[in-house]
Amino acid sequence: MDFTITDELADVRDEAVRWVAEHVDPEWADIQHRSGDYHTPELHQLLARDGWLGAGWPAEYGGRDRSPAQAAAIHQEIAALGIHEDGWSTTDMVCKTLLHVGTEEQKQRYISKALAGETVIVLGYTEPDSGSDVAAAKCRAERDGEDWVIHGQKMFTSTAHMATHVFLLTRTDFEAPKHAGLTLFMVPLDAPGVEIQPTHTVGGQRTNTTFYSEVRVPDDARIGEPGHGWDVMGVALVYERGGGGAGRTGPSLTDRVAGWCRGQITPEGTSLFDDPTVQQRLARIAIESEVARLLGLRVGWVAGQGGMPGVEGSMAKLYGSEAKQRHYSAMQDILGAEAVLTHGSPGAPLAGEVDTAFRYAIVGTIYGGTSEIQREIVAQRRLGLPRSRPKS
Amino acid sequence: MDLSFTAEQEALREAFASLFAHTAGTDVVRAAEPLGFDEKVWDQLVRTGAPAMAVPEGLGGGGAGFVDLIVVAQELGKRLAPAPLVEAVVATNLIAEAAPGGPLLQGLVDQDRVATLALQPVASGTARLVPAGAVAEVLIALDGDELVAFERPAGARPHVPSPPNLGASPIADWSLDGPDLQRTVLAGGAEARRLHHRARAEWQLLMAAALDGLRSAALDIGVEYVKSRWAFGVPIGWFQAIQHRLADVATAGEGAQLLLYEAAWARDTGGADADRLAAMAFLYQSELAQLTTRESLQFHGGYGYTLEYDIQLYFRRAKAWPLALGDPARLACELARDLFAPES
Ligand SMILES: Cc1cc2nc3c(=O)[nH]c(=O)nc-3n(C[C@H](O)[C@H](O)[C@H](O)COP(=O)(O)OP(=O)(O)OC[C@H]3O[C@@H](n4cnc5c(N)ncnc54)[C@H](O)[C@@H]3O)c2cc1C
Repeated sequence: MDFTITDELADVRDEAVRWVAEHVDPEWADIQHRSGDYHTPELHQLLARDGWLGAGWPAEYGGRDRSPAQAAAIHQEIAALGIHEDGWSTTDMVCKTLLHVGTEEQKQRYISKALAGETVIVLGYTEPDSGSDVAAAKCRAERDGEDWVIHGQKMFTSTAHMATHVFLLTRTDFEAPKHAGLTLFMVPLDAPGVEIQPTHTVGGQRTNTTFYSEVRVPDDARIGEPGHGWDVMGVALVYERGGGGAGRTGPSLTDRVAGWCRGQITPEGTSLFDDPTVQQRLARIAIESEVARLLGLRVGWVAGQGGMPGVEGSMAKLYGSEAKQRHYSAMQDILGAEAVLTHGSPGAPLAGEVDTAFRYAIVGTIYGGTSEIQREIVAQRRLGLPRSRPKS
Repeated sequence: MDLSFTAEQEALREAFASLFAHTAGTDVVRAAEPLGFDEKVWDQLVRTGAPAMAVPEGLGGGGAGFVDLIVVAQELGKRLAPAPLVEAVVATNLIAEAAPGGPLLQGLVDQDRVATLALQPVASGTARLVPAGAVAEVLIALDGDELVAFERPAGARPHVPSPPNLGASPIADWSLDGPDLQRTVLAGGAEARRLHHRARAEWQLLMAAALDGLRSAALDIGVEYVKSRWAFGVPIGWFQAIQHRLADVATAGEGAQLLLYEAAWARDTGGADADRLAAMAFLYQSELAQLTTRESLQFHGGYGYTLEYDIQLYFRRAKAWPLALGDPARLACELARDLFAPES
């Protein structure tokens, strides 16, 4: 038993901090916050130019001779500034999938351009009528000579308005059983017939609804065999479920709320921190945050032992995302009436950070597999309870 | 991070799992009610040296660490074994530190005497509802400014009557000015308070482990039940209302177990946050043991309410055991003040 957390990136952290200090404008966090665009093209270009996107990739597909650890540390520093890299995370995931299932020609074509920052790839799985039940996709792709013609609609195609390609889940066989009629395509977002409309969220993030009207793509844009889309998605999913790493630590939002409470004097003349109801809530948040951290670390440990941390990943995601919602809600209560003041609003406690976190936490229990889907996984795979879905 | 146990710890778990399986089935647990003490189970534990297992080897103990101790406490909790091992270990450790060379320790290491700890400071000459107080020969209590060992006269196990109680635990009041009690001061002033605080943290840690065992066994009982009970043409475990609630307690339960392991590891490695982690593990395990036994009982329907089914044994103890420390909210406040102390 050992809970020592070794920072595997310790050696490269200083260098990462230096690169970020030199190239990253902290303003970008604010710009992302205001615009809802969780992708900063300027930053993406810089990372590509200096080889950080290509770190760890095979040279024949545009990989660069850069340390992957160093790249990871840089991404962590960027995240710590509150800057999202959603465009890179989906691109990275799709490229890793291509490495497994793409043809040699596709790997050459798509991966090298992505690593050079020339392409950004987003995910087009969800549809108006199918989200959790992703295999129920109805977006149609029909063979027409050497080409495929795509027709349908996708929901929540995040970052599509700043991207070049969408990794699109389509149905190529309407007769086959649900999971056997799916096929994936790499569709250029500037192809005739593609339309992108914004969808705005409570957390401020902009996502998109995308429409595909008789969009024509050549057969070499097809990823994997026709009808094997479900297996291709399975490869991609492996890369979506990462565990929590050691990461970078600083004072948590809970620490800052506690500090804020100390400075508040109640009408009775005592510090708000001395209020036992505040103390109880802070204690609960601290305990549950530690539990969430440990469940996240366990995912990495199981993977490091050569295991497949499927259920552990579900548990960490379920617990962590649900706990965050409870915690930010409790912090809002503690901050009181002023808690409703948003980021940038005069007098907002802690510059509105709790409100921002509260809003953003909503989506944690929805995307990446909703809490209900995670509970299903835990109930069936950990507890051995029967599969409760209707047959389809 | 390494979440594995050593081969010795695995062997220890197996040995105690089998000891409790043979000596403390639910028939034994029921038969031991209402006192909550079974002389045979205790006798077996004494033979393995469990009460003194964390006392240094040089003093005749087993030299074990806290990760070892929690393994044993988990197994005890799974079976609800009617033996005050948690209290005995904590009191024995305390005596080994405060009075290492004395006859008091010898009596605990070599014989089958039961020692316990008053978790709260003494008020008006009485230690109220001391855990294991009904069967203990030795009580350590913080009496004013002094840490004192009170000994009952040698002889047969006391079996002081225990007031009827929710957990069927051998709790009892100790009137400390009784003429037949031998009083030995172990420490005074700040040292007395430090030792008592530490012992209280050790109790929290070992109780968290016992509750973890209780919790995981109650979950297993619930899961087995919902797989075999049918309603509306399906096993009730088919219903999502049941699946999801069990998934939630299973998930939080595994997290609580990790927190327990971290707290034990911190204690063994002298971590500065060992006391805090013990309090966190205790508070969270208390809450989850109660929630898990409640869910399990609920999914037994009417049978859960009958004395016949085992789940009620777990449900009652999940509430009763941690209450020995008093209102958990007070401990939570103490924890928050400690965790969020301003930087000095
Ligand atoms: C900000 C944001 C960004 C996103 N980005 C992308 C993206 O880039 N690409 C993409 O393809 N998708 C994206 N998504 C979509 C996301 O993956 C889906 O929202 C998610 O999978 C849930 O699908 P749904 O919204 O259709 O909800 P539904 O599947 O309709 O679920 C509605 C409710 O029913 C519950 N439910 C569903 N099935 C079950 C079941 N079997 N048992 C019990 N309850 C069930 C759900 O848990 C949920 O509470 C994004 C979503 C958001 C909000």
